[in-house]
Amino acid sequence: MRYVSEFRDGTLVRRVIDEIRRTVTRPWTIMEICGGQTHAIVKNGLDEMLPGEIHLVHGPGCPVCVTPLEMIDRAIAIASRPEVTFVSFGDMLRVPGSASDLLRVKSAGGDVRAVYSPLDAVRLAQARPDREVVFFGIGFETTAPANAMAILQAARLGLGNFSMLVSHVLVPPAIEALLASADNRVEAFLAAGHVCTVMGWTEYEPIAARYGVPLVVTGFEPLDIVQGTLLAVRQLESGRAEVENQYTRSVRREGNLTARAVLEEAFQVCDRKWRGIGEIPRSGLRVSERFAAFDAERRFPVGGVTTEEPSVCIAGLVLRGQKKPSDCPAFGAVCTPERPLGAPMVSSEGACAAYYHYGRYRVAHA
Amino acid sequence: MDLSCPLPLTESARVLLGHGSGGRMSADLVHRFFLPRFTNPYLDRLDDQAVVEIAGQRLAFTTDSFVVRPLFFPGGDIGRLAVNGTVNDLAMAGARPLFLSAGFILEEGLPLDDLAAILDSMQAACREAGVLLVTGDTKVVNKGSGDQCFINTAGIGAVEHQRLLSANQARPGDRIILSGTIGDHGMAVMSRREGFEFETEIESDTAPLNGLVAVILERASEVRCLRDPTRGGLASTLNELALASGVGIEIDEEQIRVRPAVHAACELLGLDPLYVANEGKLVAIVGPEEADAIVERMRRHPLGAQASVVGTVTEQHPKMVVMRTGIGGTRVVDLHPGEILPRIC
Amino acid sequence: MCLGVPGKIVETYEVAGLRMGRVDFGGVVKEACLEYVPDAQVGEYTVIHVGFAIGRLDEVEARRSLEFLRDAGLLGTELREMEAGGA
Repeated sequence: MRYVSEFRDGTLVRRVIDEIRRTVTRPWTIMEICGGQTHAIVKNGLDEMLPGEIHLVHGPGCPVCVTPLEMIDRAIAIASRPEVTFVSFGDMLRVPGSASDLLRVKSAGGDVRAVYSPLDAVRLAQARPDREVVFFGIGFETTAPANAMAILQAARLGLGNFSMLVSHVLVPPAIEALLASADNRVEAFLAAGHVCTVMGWTEYEPIAARYGVPLVVTGFEPLDIVQGTLLAVRQLESGRAEVENQYTRSVRREGNLTARAVLEEAFQVCDRKWRGIGEIPRSGLRVSERFAAFDAERRFPVGGVTTEEPSVCIAGLVLRGQKKPSDCPAFGAVCTPERPLGAPMVSSEGACAAYYHYGRYRVAHA
Repeated sequence: MDLSCPLPLTESARVLLGHGSGGRMSADLVHRFFLPRFTNPYLDRLDDQAVVEIAGQRLAFTTDSFVVRPLFFPGGDIGRLAVNGTVNDLAMAGARPLFLSAGFILEEGLPLDDLAAILDSMQAACREAGVLLVTGDTKVVNKGSGDQCFINTAGIGAVEHQRLLSANQARPGDRIILSGTIGDHGMAVMSRREGFEFETEIESDTAPLNGLVAVILERASEVRCLRDPTRGGLASTLNELALASGVGIEIDEEQIRVRPAVHAACELLGLDPLYVANEGKLVAIVGPEEADAIVERMRRHPLGAQASVVGTVTEQHPKMVVMRTGIGGTRVVDLHPGEILPRIC
Repeated sequence: MCLGVPGKIVETYEVAGLRMGRVDFGGVVKEACLEYVPDAQVGEYTVIHVGFAIGRLDEVEARRSLEFLRDAGLLGTELREMEAGGA
């Protein structure tokens, strides 16, 4: 596959890893904040191939994992209504809410469907004027433009039966919250390449300056990840703290201006609670006032959603990179992908699921 | 900052789609509900067929159900799938497939032209495989109660050898042979599935494997087990075999072939070809001395042209399947928990 | 997050007021919305996420990064200079 397979070349990957080995002189803790990067690392066994001084930790980069419990419960409540056709990306269907999940709503008779693109949900609303079509708009800045366009299109078509339950999260505030935390141990970041394809990297420059931390915008293939790691290590070893771009084939400093403009129209920044972390001010997006008619939160006010959290799951520590999934006492025992205790085990991008599916052998034989 | 964690989900009181996807949930359902009630030496093997003996003649006996949606997809349809799938279950015991039954559950409103097309397909498939459809049944359900057409089959074949081909026969040192590319069937079906459609030349690989099996078994004495990696893909099959035999399995990503278009489709939807269904491929576990000769013979058969050794059975990490990745690292190839869904993440 | 896949635009057209296109991923062609890459033409590569092109893929940059790694025995400072060109 063009522009994918070439970046999976084992020889080139090992060459870069050798250079990392030659460069590194002491331990460094580097965080990647993208479920797709976590996935690529553990699935290819990259973390075991890197020199031992490099501690790669996985951040809260899985939007499925960090979607707040209240939002999942709200989605379940809306999806359970007989007049609603609830449409979502596949990833969200298995995420546990307080007492259920969307797949269980489906098995109990709810009209719950998975789609590939938010425009599919708009088409569904057009085809079925007798149904209330609600789309679950989750994701980072990467997905927000697609969801935004769906709202704009629904407005343009005058659809009265389409709305979106929006729970977007923004990366830069999360990075700042992590860095500002007293027990932070992360020394450099690999920033998410597709988030930056949309947003550019200007938001990261003040963060690098304020906290003295290198941030390397990195792609998703094995070669991208090791190359991003090499750039971060070089900065760390030479005491620099800049924003650098490894993913040059896709990311420009200003990002995608057309997409950013549409985001401004369709959404507004709000405070957002991150599952496992807590509330981070101004770290989320909600539907803007202008498009309030398409905001499912307003259309379906759901009151009294109580949420409870048990203590065994250390999702919070995992999502903040303080613990590896294998450190958790429940990992692989009480908590498995079939009976997940926390979101990082549910989502196939979650750190715990990635470790469980791909990394269990190394953990057992370390 | 608070540490919030979700409550554990209580077990489902209902059947979920994940129970049908061939992964861990399916296995769980079988072990908790079916096995305890019907346990006997035949069933407990959990092979794709049962080999029974009647009046001194060994017979292979199997059943299967076909619920694929859409009914017609590139390279085949539910009818062709039904015949080949049943033939293959028999072939995996090294049996010569002889007779099939077919029970149809038809939804009110199914176009008769569609039914005719499905039956034409079955007729052709029976001829190709050398089997006779000897008995059948038809039921019609209300509109909305069935997905246009479900087919249940049973098959009988003659076991003319004395071997025991079963999932629990693998031993450390054995080689694992895969007959060809993976992921073709599942992605061919996906290419026509509502919400995920795409244009492609990918075709289902549905095919009767009894001829290929005959080629494998001739002059070979160290064949432990044959299995076709259908629902749940190669990953599920290898895990079942590792579990049944209590051994570890190591496979090499570089030896597992995926067609470029199948690879692209999987990338696009965030699916792993290892878990995607195949309907015209088989896995053979064979003794190390015979592996190369068997692969040679398979390659001369049209359905085995891309056969290769993809791994070994080991005493390391028992019941676990580990893959050496193209990059040179290792990863566990697990049983998938349940429904395999396209992802955005 | 961010399953984004590179694909080549093979056709562009309009549907319900939106700029759409057929995108080829190498044996698989799927429709995607091209509103966010208004200048991308047939024959160009874009990164597709959930049915939307989120950016154009710079083929020159892609080839450059690969060629360098292929030719270079040692990486040295050239890699930094190359990256500085994009940063």
